[in-house]
Amino acid sequence: MLNIRRDICGYCGACVSVCPEGALELVDAYLTVDHTCINCGICEKVCPLGALEVVKE
Amino acid sequence: MKRQYDMLVIGGGPGGALAAKTVAEKGLSVCLVEKRPAIGTPVRCAEGIGKELLTDFLPPDPKWIATEIERAELVAPDDFSMLLEPKMAGSEVGYVLDRKVFDRELVWKAAEAGAETYVKARATAPIMKNGAVAGAVIEQHGQTYEVDAKVTIAADGIESKFSKWAGIDTTVPLREIETCAQYLMTGIDIDPQMTSFFLGNEVAPAGYVWIFPKGEGLANVGIGIGGGKSGAGHRAKDFLDRFVKRKFPQGRIIELIVGGVSVCKPLSCTVADNMLIVGDAARLSDPITGGGIYNAMYTGRLAAETAVTALEMGDTSKAALMPYDAEWRVSKMGKALERNYAVKEVFVKLSDEKLNAIVHSIAKIDLDEFSTLTLITELIKANPSLLLELKHLRSFL
Repeated sequence: MLNIRRDICGYCGACVSVCPEGALELVDAYLTVDHTCINCGICEKVCPLGALEVVKE
Repeated sequence: MKRQYDMLVIGGGPGGALAAKTVAEKGLSVCLVEKRPAIGTPVRCAEGIGKELLTDFLPPDPKWIATEIERAELVAPDDFSMLLEPKMAGSEVGYVLDRKVFDRELVWKAAEAGAETYVKARATAPIMKNGAVAGAVIEQHGQTYEVDAKVTIAADGIESKFSKWAGIDTTVPLREIETCAQYLMTGIDIDPQMTSFFLGNEVAPAGYVWIFPKGEGLANVGIGIGGGKSGAGHRAKDFLDRFVKRKFPQGRIIELIVGGVSVCKPLSCTVADNMLIVGDAARLSDPITGGGIYNAMYTGRLAAETAVTALEMGDTSKAALMPYDAEWRVSKMGKALERNYAVKEVFVKLSDEKLNAIVHSIAKIDLDEFSTLTLITELIKANPSLLLELKHLRSFL
Protein backbone atom coordinates (compact mmCIF):
# COMPACT_ATOMS: atom_id res chain seq x y z
CA MET A 1 0.00 0.00 0.00
CA LEU A 2 0.98 3.63 -0.40
CA ASN A 3 1.80 5.49 2.76
CA ILE A 4 1.36 9.26 2.58
CA ARG A 5 3.40 11.10 5.16
CA ARG A 6 1.38 14.25 5.63
CA ASP A 7 4.01 15.72 7.93
CA ILE A 8 6.44 15.74 4.97
CA CYS A 9 4.05 16.34 2.03
CA GLY A 10 4.11 19.87 0.58
CA TYR A 11 0.81 19.18 -1.28
CA CYS A 12 2.27 20.29 -4.62
CA GLY A 13 0.47 17.74 -6.80
CA ALA A 14 3.52 16.56 -8.79
CA CYS A 15 2.62 12.96 -7.87
CA VAL A 16 -0.97 13.39 -9.05
CA SER A 17 0.20 14.34 -12.54
CA VAL A 18 2.36 11.21 -13.02
CA CYS A 19 -0.02 8.67 -11.46
CA PRO A 20 -1.01 6.35 -14.32
CA GLU A 21 -4.13 5.15 -12.48
CA GLY A 22 -5.51 8.49 -11.35
CA ALA A 23 -5.42 7.06 -7.83
CA LEU A 24 -4.04 10.17 -6.13
CA GLU A 25 -5.89 13.37 -5.52
CA LEU A 26 -4.92 16.64 -3.97
CA VAL A 27 -7.79 17.88 -1.84
CA ASP A 28 -6.93 21.42 -0.76
CA ALA A 29 -3.98 20.91 1.61
CA TYR A 30 -3.87 17.15 1.79
CA LEU A 31 -3.25 14.26 -0.56
CA THR A 32 -5.46 11.19 -0.79
CA VAL A 33 -5.00 7.78 -2.43
CA ASP A 34 -7.85 5.48 -3.41
CA HIS A 35 -8.23 1.73 -4.03
CA THR A 36 -7.13 1.98 -7.68
CA CYS A 37 -3.46 2.41 -6.59
CA ILE A 38 -1.29 -0.37 -8.03
CA ASN A 39 1.79 0.35 -5.86
CA CYS A 40 3.87 1.13 -8.97
CA GLY A 41 6.07 3.56 -7.00
CA ILE A 42 6.22 6.29 -9.66
CA CYS A 43 4.87 8.87 -7.20
CA GLU A 44 7.40 7.74 -4.59
CA LYS A 45 10.22 8.57 -7.04
CA VAL A 46 8.90 11.93 -8.22
CA CYS A 47 8.05 13.49 -4.84
CA PRO A 48 10.39 16.48 -4.29
CA LEU A 49 10.26 15.97 -0.51
CA GLY A 50 10.02 12.21 -0.05
CA ALA A 51 6.53 12.12 1.43
CA LEU A 52 5.38 8.92 -0.28
CA GLU A 53 6.42 5.34 0.32
CA VAL A 54 5.16 2.07 -1.05
CA VAL A 55 4.99 -0.27 1.94
CA LYS A 56 5.00 -4.03 1.43
CA GLU A 57 1.98 -5.59 3.16
CA MET B 1 -24.10 28.94 -6.28
CA LYS B 2 -26.71 28.64 -9.01
CA ARG B 3 -27.71 25.34 -10.62
CA GLN B 4 -26.81 26.45 -14.12
CA TYR B 5 -24.30 28.67 -15.92
CA ASP B 6 -23.16 29.28 -19.45
CA MET B 7 -19.63 28.47 -18.34
CA LEU B 8 -18.04 26.68 -15.42
CA VAL B 9 -14.31 27.25 -14.81
CA ILE B 10 -12.44 24.71 -12.67
CA GLY B 11 -9.43 26.39 -11.06
CA GLY B 12 -8.57 29.96 -10.04
CA GLY B 13 -5.03 30.31 -11.39
CA PRO B 14 -4.10 32.69 -14.24
CA GLY B 15 -5.68 30.40 -16.89
CA GLY B 16 -9.02 30.09 -15.12
CA ALA B 17 -9.11 33.75 -14.18
CA LEU B 18 -8.54 34.93 -17.77
CA ALA B 19 -11.17 32.49 -19.06
CA ALA B 20 -13.76 33.65 -16.52
CA LYS B 21 -13.01 37.34 -17.11
CA THR B 22 -13.23 37.00 -20.90
CA VAL B 23 -16.62 35.26 -20.82
CA ALA B 24 -18.06 37.52 -18.12
CA GLU B 25 -17.14 40.60 -20.17
CA LYS B 26 -19.39 39.24 -22.92
CA GLY B 27 -22.30 39.28 -20.48
CA LEU B 28 -22.54 35.49 -20.14
CA SER B 29 -22.95 33.74 -16.80
CA VAL B 30 -19.73 32.27 -15.38
CA CYS B 31 -18.92 30.33 -12.24
CA LEU B 32 -15.27 29.94 -11.20
CA VAL B 33 -14.44 27.38 -8.51
CA GLU B 34 -11.14 27.21 -6.65
CA LYS B 35 -10.54 24.33 -4.27
CA ARG B 36 -8.11 26.27 -2.08
CA PRO B 37 -9.38 28.67 0.57
CA ALA B 38 -7.32 31.51 -0.94
CA ILE B 39 -6.43 32.46 -4.50
CA GLY B 40 -2.70 32.45 -5.27
CA THR B 41 -1.53 30.44 -2.30
CA PRO B 42 0.34 28.30 -1.65
CA VAL B 43 2.62 29.59 -4.43
CA ARG B 44 3.98 26.89 -6.71
CA CYS B 45 6.09 28.96 -9.04
CA ALA B 46 9.48 30.62 -9.54
CA GLU B 47 7.45 33.74 -10.48
CA GLY B 48 9.51 34.91 -13.46
CA ILE B 49 7.90 36.19 -16.69
CA GLY B 50 9.10 38.03 -19.79
CA LYS B 51 8.09 41.67 -19.85
CA GLU B 52 6.61 41.64 -23.33
CA LEU B 53 4.52 38.58 -22.52
CA LEU B 54 2.82 40.14 -19.55
CA THR B 55 1.92 43.42 -21.22
CA ASP B 56 -0.23 41.39 -23.61
CA PHE B 57 -2.74 41.15 -20.78
CA LEU B 58 -2.48 43.97 -18.29
CA PRO B 59 -0.33 46.99 -17.56
CA PRO B 60 2.49 46.29 -15.10
CA ASP B 61 1.57 47.22 -11.55
CA PRO B 62 4.09 47.67 -8.72
CA LYS B 63 1.57 45.93 -6.46
CA TRP B 64 2.47 42.53 -7.87
CA ILE B 65 5.91 43.14 -9.34
CA ALA B 66 8.61 42.18 -6.87
CA THR B 67 11.54 43.09 -9.14
CA GLU B 68 12.34 44.27 -12.64
CA ILE B 69 15.00 42.11 -14.24
CA GLU B 70 17.67 43.67 -16.48
CA ARG B 71 20.01 40.78 -17.23
CA ALA B 72 20.60 37.10 -16.75
CA GLU B 73 23.56 34.80 -16.28
CA LEU B 74 24.00 31.23 -17.36
CA VAL B 75 26.44 29.32 -15.14
CA ALA B 76 28.22 26.26 -16.54
CA PRO B 77 28.86 23.11 -14.50
CA ASP B 78 32.46 24.35 -13.91
CA ASP B 79 31.10 27.66 -12.49
CA PHE B 80 32.08 29.73 -15.56
CA SER B 81 29.38 32.32 -16.05
CA MET B 82 28.02 33.79 -19.27
CA LEU B 83 26.18 37.10 -19.20
CA LEU B 84 23.04 37.70 -21.21
CA GLU B 85 22.28 41.35 -21.53
CA PRO B 86 19.95 43.34 -23.76
CA LYS B 87 21.73 45.69 -26.17
CA MET B 88 20.31 48.65 -24.38
CA ALA B 89 21.60 48.28 -20.86
CA GLY B 90 19.10 49.26 -18.22
CA SER B 91 16.02 48.22 -20.14
CA GLU B 92 13.95 45.68 -18.26
CA VAL B 93 13.58 42.28 -19.83
CA GLY B 94 11.38 40.60 -17.31
CA TYR B 95 9.67 40.66 -13.98
CA VAL B 96 9.71 38.53 -10.91
CA LEU B 97 6.13 38.59 -9.73
CA ASP B 98 4.49 38.28 -6.40
CA ARG B 99 2.09 35.52 -7.41
CA LYS B 100 -0.01 35.74 -4.27
CA VAL B 101 -0.98 39.29 -5.21
CA PHE B 102 -0.92 38.75 -8.98
CA ASP B 103 -3.29 35.76 -9.01
CA ARG B 104 -5.67 37.52 -6.65
CA GLU B 105 -5.70 40.57 -8.93
CA LEU B 106 -6.58 38.42 -11.95
CA VAL B 107 -9.47 36.71 -10.16
CA TRP B 108 -10.62 40.05 -8.80
CA LYS B 109 -10.73 41.37 -12.37
CA ALA B 110 -12.83 38.34 -13.38
CA ALA B 111 -15.20 38.98 -10.48
CA GLU B 112 -15.38 42.65 -11.34
CA ALA B 113 -16.35 41.70 -14.90
CA GLY B 114 -19.26 39.72 -13.48
CA ALA B 115 -17.95 36.20 -12.85
CA GLU B 116 -19.16 34.41 -9.72
CA THR B 117 -16.22 33.10 -7.71
CA TYR B 118 -16.22 30.38 -5.06
CA VAL B 119 -13.26 29.36 -2.91
CA LYS B 120 -12.79 26.13 -1.00
CA ALA B 121 -15.10 24.76 -3.68
CA ARG B 122 -13.86 21.59 -5.34
CA ALA B 123 -15.06 19.79 -8.44
CA THR B 124 -15.33 16.11 -7.47
CA ALA B 125 -16.76 14.70 -10.71
CA PRO B 126 -17.97 15.81 -14.09
CA ILE B 127 -21.69 15.60 -14.85
CA MET B 128 -21.87 13.49 -17.99
CA LYS B 129 -24.86 13.60 -20.37
CA ASN B 130 -24.87 11.42 -23.50
CA GLY B 131 -21.13 10.88 -23.10
CA ALA B 132 -20.34 14.60 -22.94
CA VAL B 133 -19.40 16.89 -20.06
CA ALA B 134 -22.41 18.91 -18.93
CA GLY B 135 -21.07 20.54 -15.77
CA ALA B 136 -19.62 19.29 -12.51
CA VAL B 137 -20.40 18.16 -9.03
CA ILE B 138 -19.03 20.82 -6.68
CA GLU B 139 -18.38 20.34 -2.98
CA GLN B 140 -18.16 23.38 -0.75
CA HIS B 141 -18.41 23.70 3.03
CA GLY B 142 -19.85 20.21 3.37
CA GLN B 143 -22.55 20.79 0.73
CA THR B 144 -22.75 19.10 -2.65
CA TYR B 145 -24.01 21.04 -5.66
CA GLU B 146 -24.77 19.76 -9.14
CA VAL B 147 -23.81 22.62 -11.40
CA ASP B 148 -24.87 22.39 -15.05
CA ALA B 149 -22.84 24.33 -17.59
CA LYS B 150 -23.03 24.63 -21.35
CA VAL B 151 -19.23 24.77 -21.45
CA THR B 152 -16.68 23.73 -18.84
CA ILE B 153 -13.07 24.92 -18.79
CA ALA B 154 -10.55 22.66 -17.07
CA ALA B 155 -7.95 25.02 -15.62
CA ASP B 156 -7.03 22.77 -12.73
CA GLY B 157 -3.27 22.90 -13.11
CA ILE B 158 -0.55 20.30 -12.88
CA GLU B 159 -2.63 18.05 -10.61
CA SER B 160 -5.55 18.26 -13.05
CA LYS B 161 -8.06 15.46 -12.61
CA PHE B 162 -11.10 16.89 -14.34
CA SER B 163 -10.10 15.99 -17.91
CA LYS B 164 -9.04 12.54 -16.75
CA TRP B 165 -12.46 11.95 -15.22
CA ALA B 166 -13.97 13.02 -18.53
CA GLY B 167 -11.94 10.33 -20.32
CA ILE B 168 -8.82 12.21 -21.51
CA ASP B 169 -5.44 10.77 -20.54
CA THR B 170 -3.40 13.57 -19.00
CA THR B 171 -0.74 11.42 -17.30
CA VAL B 172 2.73 13.00 -17.49
CA PRO B 173 5.52 10.45 -18.13
CA LEU B 174 7.94 10.27 -15.16
CA ARG B 175 10.92 11.39 -17.25
CA GLU B 176 8.93 14.36 -18.55
CA ILE B 177 8.11 16.04 -15.30
CA GLU B 178 10.44 18.44 -13.52
CA THR B 179 10.17 17.88 -9.81
CA CYS B 180 10.92 21.19 -8.09
CA ALA B 181 11.76 22.69 -4.72
CA GLN B 182 12.37 26.34 -3.93
CA TYR B 183 13.22 28.48 -0.95
CA LEU B 184 12.42 32.14 -0.61
CA MET B 185 15.69 33.27 0.94
CA THR B 186 16.72 36.44 2.67
CA GLY B 187 20.12 37.81 3.67
CA ILE B 188 21.85 36.55 0.53
CA ASP B 189 24.44 38.33 -1.60
CA ILE B 190 22.87 38.67 -5.06
CA ASP B 191 22.52 41.14 -7.91
CA PRO B 192 18.88 42.21 -7.45
CA GLN B 193 18.44 42.94 -11.17
CA MET B 194 19.83 39.66 -12.48
CA THR B 195 18.38 36.19 -12.77
CA SER B 196 20.84 33.26 -12.63
CA PHE B 197 20.58 29.79 -14.11
CA PHE B 198 22.96 27.00 -13.06
CA LEU B 199 23.39 24.00 -15.33
CA GLY B 200 25.00 20.63 -14.78
CA ASN B 201 24.37 17.01 -13.98
CA GLU B 202 25.83 17.42 -10.49
CA VAL B 203 23.88 20.59 -9.73
CA ALA B 204 20.53 19.73 -11.30
CA PRO B 205 20.30 16.58 -13.47
CA ALA B 206 17.97 17.13 -16.46
CA GLY B 207 17.01 20.51 -15.06
CA TYR B 208 18.52 23.66 -13.62
CA VAL B 209 18.91 25.76 -10.49
CA TRP B 210 17.52 29.29 -10.59
CA ILE B 211 17.95 32.43 -8.56
CA PHE B 212 15.13 34.90 -9.17
CA PRO B 213 15.59 38.09 -7.11
CA LYS B 214 12.61 39.58 -5.31
CA GLY B 215 14.44 42.54 -3.77
CA GLU B 216 17.70 43.45 -2.01
CA GLY B 217 19.17 40.25 -0.59
CA LEU B 218 15.89 38.42 -1.25
CA ALA B 219 15.30 35.77 -3.91
CA ASN B 220 13.52 32.63 -4.99
CA VAL B 221 16.29 30.02 -5.00
CA GLY B 222 14.96 26.89 -6.59
CA ILE B 223 15.63 23.77 -8.57
CA GLY B 224 13.91 21.46 -10.99
CA ILE B 225 15.31 18.03 -11.77
CA GLY B 226 14.05 15.45 -14.24
CA GLY B 227 11.55 13.04 -12.68
CA GLY B 228 13.64 10.13 -13.91
CA LYS B 229 16.61 11.41 -11.87
CA SER B 230 14.66 11.73 -8.63
CA GLY B 231 14.59 9.18 -5.82
CA ALA B 232 15.41 8.53 -2.19
CA GLY B 233 18.46 10.60 -1.16
CA HIS B 234 18.58 12.53 -4.44
CA ARG B 235 15.34 14.45 -4.60
CA ALA B 236 14.83 18.06 -5.64
CA LYS B 237 15.08 19.19 -2.02
CA ASP B 238 18.35 17.25 -1.50
CA PHE B 239 19.95 19.00 -4.50
CA LEU B 240 18.60 22.37 -3.40
CA ASP B 241 19.95 21.98 0.13
CA ARG B 242 23.36 21.11 -1.30
CA PHE B 243 23.34 24.17 -3.57
CA VAL B 244 22.19 26.54 -0.84
CA LYS B 245 24.77 25.23 1.61
CA ARG B 246 27.54 25.89 -0.92
CA LYS B 247 26.28 29.21 -2.27
CA PHE B 248 24.38 30.91 0.54
CA PRO B 249 25.47 29.35 3.85
CA GLN B 250 24.45 32.51 5.73
CA GLY B 251 21.05 32.87 4.07
CA ARG B 252 17.78 32.43 5.90
CA ILE B 253 14.85 30.47 4.51
CA ILE B 254 11.49 32.16 4.93
CA GLU B 255 9.32 30.01 2.66
CA LEU B 256 9.39 26.50 1.18
CA ILE B 257 7.73 26.02 -2.19
CA VAL B 258 7.38 22.70 -4.03
CA GLY B 259 5.84 21.75 -7.32
CA GLY B 260 5.81 19.74 -10.51
CA VAL B 261 6.22 21.19 -14.00
CA SER B 262 5.46 19.11 -17.07
CA VAL B 263 8.03 19.26 -19.87
CA CYS B 264 6.20 16.79 -22.11
CA LYS B 265 4.37 17.52 -25.34
CA PRO B 266 0.99 19.21 -24.91
CA LEU B 267 -2.12 16.99 -24.75
CA SER B 268 -2.80 15.64 -28.23
CA CYS B 269 -6.22 17.31 -28.13
CA THR B 270 -7.27 20.08 -25.73
CA VAL B 271 -11.01 20.08 -26.44
CA ALA B 272 -13.91 17.64 -26.05
CA ASP B 273 -17.66 18.09 -26.36
CA ASN B 274 -18.57 21.09 -24.16
CA MET B 275 -15.08 21.24 -22.65
CA LEU B 276 -11.76 23.04 -23.18
CA ILE B 277 -8.49 22.44 -21.33
CA VAL B 278 -6.05 25.30 -20.66
CA GLY B 279 -2.64 26.05 -19.14
CA ASP B 280 -0.77 23.49 -17.03
CA ALA B 281 -3.80 21.17 -17.14
CA ALA B 282 -3.27 20.93 -20.93
CA ARG B 283 0.49 20.38 -20.33
CA LEU B 284 1.38 23.72 -21.89
CA SER B 285 4.32 24.79 -19.75
CA ASP B 286 7.53 25.51 -21.65
CA PRO B 287 9.76 22.39 -21.89
CA ILE B 288 12.98 24.41 -21.52
CA THR B 289 12.20 27.16 -19.04
CA GLY B 290 9.23 25.57 -17.29
CA GLY B 291 7.43 28.90 -17.63
CA GLY B 292 3.67 28.64 -17.79
CA ILE B 293 2.04 31.86 -16.61
CA TYR B 294 1.74 33.44 -20.05
CA ASN B 295 0.73 30.16 -21.71
CA ALA B 296 -2.07 29.71 -19.19
CA MET B 297 -3.33 33.29 -19.58
CA TYR B 298 -3.15 33.11 -23.36
CA THR B 299 -4.97 29.78 -23.63
CA GLY B 300 -7.47 30.75 -20.92
CA ARG B 301 -8.46 33.82 -22.89
CA LEU B 302 -8.45 32.03 -26.26
CA ALA B 303 -10.51 29.11 -24.92
CA ALA B 304 -13.08 31.56 -23.56
CA GLU B 305 -13.26 33.50 -26.83
CA THR B 306 -13.80 30.26 -28.76
CA ALA B 307 -16.46 29.16 -26.26
CA VAL B 308 -18.31 32.47 -26.59
CA THR B 309 -18.48 32.08 -30.37
CA ALA B 310 -19.65 28.48 -29.98
CA LEU B 311 -22.31 29.49 -27.44
CA GLU B 312 -23.58 32.21 -29.80
CA MET B 313 -23.86 29.60 -32.58
CA GLY B 314 -25.63 27.22 -30.19
CA ASP B 315 -23.10 24.46 -30.88
CA THR B 316 -20.48 23.58 -28.26
CA SER B 317 -19.53 20.19 -29.68
CA LYS B 318 -15.90 19.14 -29.92
CA ALA B 319 -15.91 20.12 -33.60
CA ALA B 320 -17.23 23.60 -32.78
CA LEU B 321 -14.54 24.09 -30.10
CA MET B 322 -11.68 22.74 -32.25
CA PRO B 323 -10.66 26.21 -33.50
CA TYR B 324 -9.22 26.79 -30.00
CA ASP B 325 -6.94 23.77 -30.28
CA ALA B 326 -5.95 24.59 -33.87
CA GLU B 327 -5.23 28.25 -33.11
CA TRP B 328 -2.94 27.86 -30.11
CA ARG B 329 -0.93 25.19 -31.95
CA VAL B 330 -0.06 27.55 -34.80
CA SER B 331 0.41 30.55 -32.50
CA LYS B 332 3.81 31.90 -31.47
CA MET B 333 3.35 30.05 -28.18
CA GLY B 334 2.45 26.76 -29.89
CA LYS B 335 5.45 26.95 -32.19
CA ALA B 336 7.76 27.79 -29.29
CA LEU B 337 6.48 24.77 -27.36
CA GLU B 338 7.16 22.48 -30.30
CA ARG B 339 10.66 23.88 -30.89
CA ASN B 340 11.61 24.00 -27.22
CA TYR B 341 10.47 20.41 -26.72
CA ALA B 342 12.91 19.32 -29.43
CA VAL B 343 15.73 21.43 -27.92
CA LYS B 344 14.99 20.09 -24.44
CA GLU B 345 15.26 16.51 -25.68
CA VAL B 346 18.85 17.26 -26.80
CA PHE B 347 19.89 19.37 -23.81
CA VAL B 348 18.84 16.92 -21.10
CA LYS B 349 21.26 14.40 -22.58
CA LEU B 350 24.33 16.68 -22.76
CA SER B 351 27.34 15.83 -20.60
CA ASP B 352 28.87 18.41 -18.27
CA GLU B 353 31.90 18.65 -20.60
CA LYS B 354 29.65 19.59 -23.46
CA LEU B 355 27.65 22.06 -21.37
CA ASN B 356 30.93 23.67 -20.26
CA ALA B 357 32.10 24.00 -23.85
CA ILE B 358 28.82 25.57 -24.93
CA VAL B 359 28.77 28.17 -22.16
CA HIS B 360 32.51 28.90 -22.54
CA SER B 361 32.08 29.58 -26.24
CA ILE B 362 30.49 32.93 -25.41
CA ALA B 363 31.24 35.18 -22.48
CA LYS B 364 28.52 37.67 -23.25
CA ILE B 365 25.51 37.78 -25.51
CA ASP B 366 23.88 41.07 -26.40
CA LEU B 367 20.31 40.17 -27.01
CA ASP B 368 17.91 42.02 -29.28
CA GLU B 369 15.10 40.08 -27.81
CA PHE B 370 15.27 38.30 -24.49
CA SER B 371 13.95 34.88 -25.37
CA THR B 372 14.95 31.23 -25.38
CA LEU B 373 14.93 31.34 -29.17
CA THR B 374 17.54 34.11 -29.39
CA LEU B 375 19.61 32.35 -26.74
CA ILE B 376 19.54 29.04 -28.60
CA THR B 377 20.29 30.72 -31.92
CA GLU B 378 23.33 32.53 -30.44
CA LEU B 379 24.58 29.37 -28.74
CA ILE B 380 24.39 27.46 -31.99
CA LYS B 381 26.15 30.23 -33.91
CA ALA B 382 29.07 29.89 -31.47
CA ASN B 383 28.93 26.09 -31.45
CA PRO B 384 28.36 24.97 -35.03
CA SER B 385 28.90 21.36 -33.94
CA LEU B 386 25.70 21.59 -31.91
CA LEU B 387 23.85 21.72 -35.18
CA LEU B 388 24.81 18.11 -35.81
CA GLU B 389 22.96 17.06 -32.69
CA LEU B 390 20.17 19.47 -33.35
CA LYS B 391 19.87 18.47 -37.00
CA HIS B 392 16.16 17.86 -36.83
CA LEU B 393 15.83 21.28 -35.24
CA ARG B 394 16.99 23.26 -38.23
CA SER B 395 13.46 23.65 -39.50
CA PHE B 396 12.46 25.44 -36.29
CA LEU B 397 15.26 28.00 -36.14
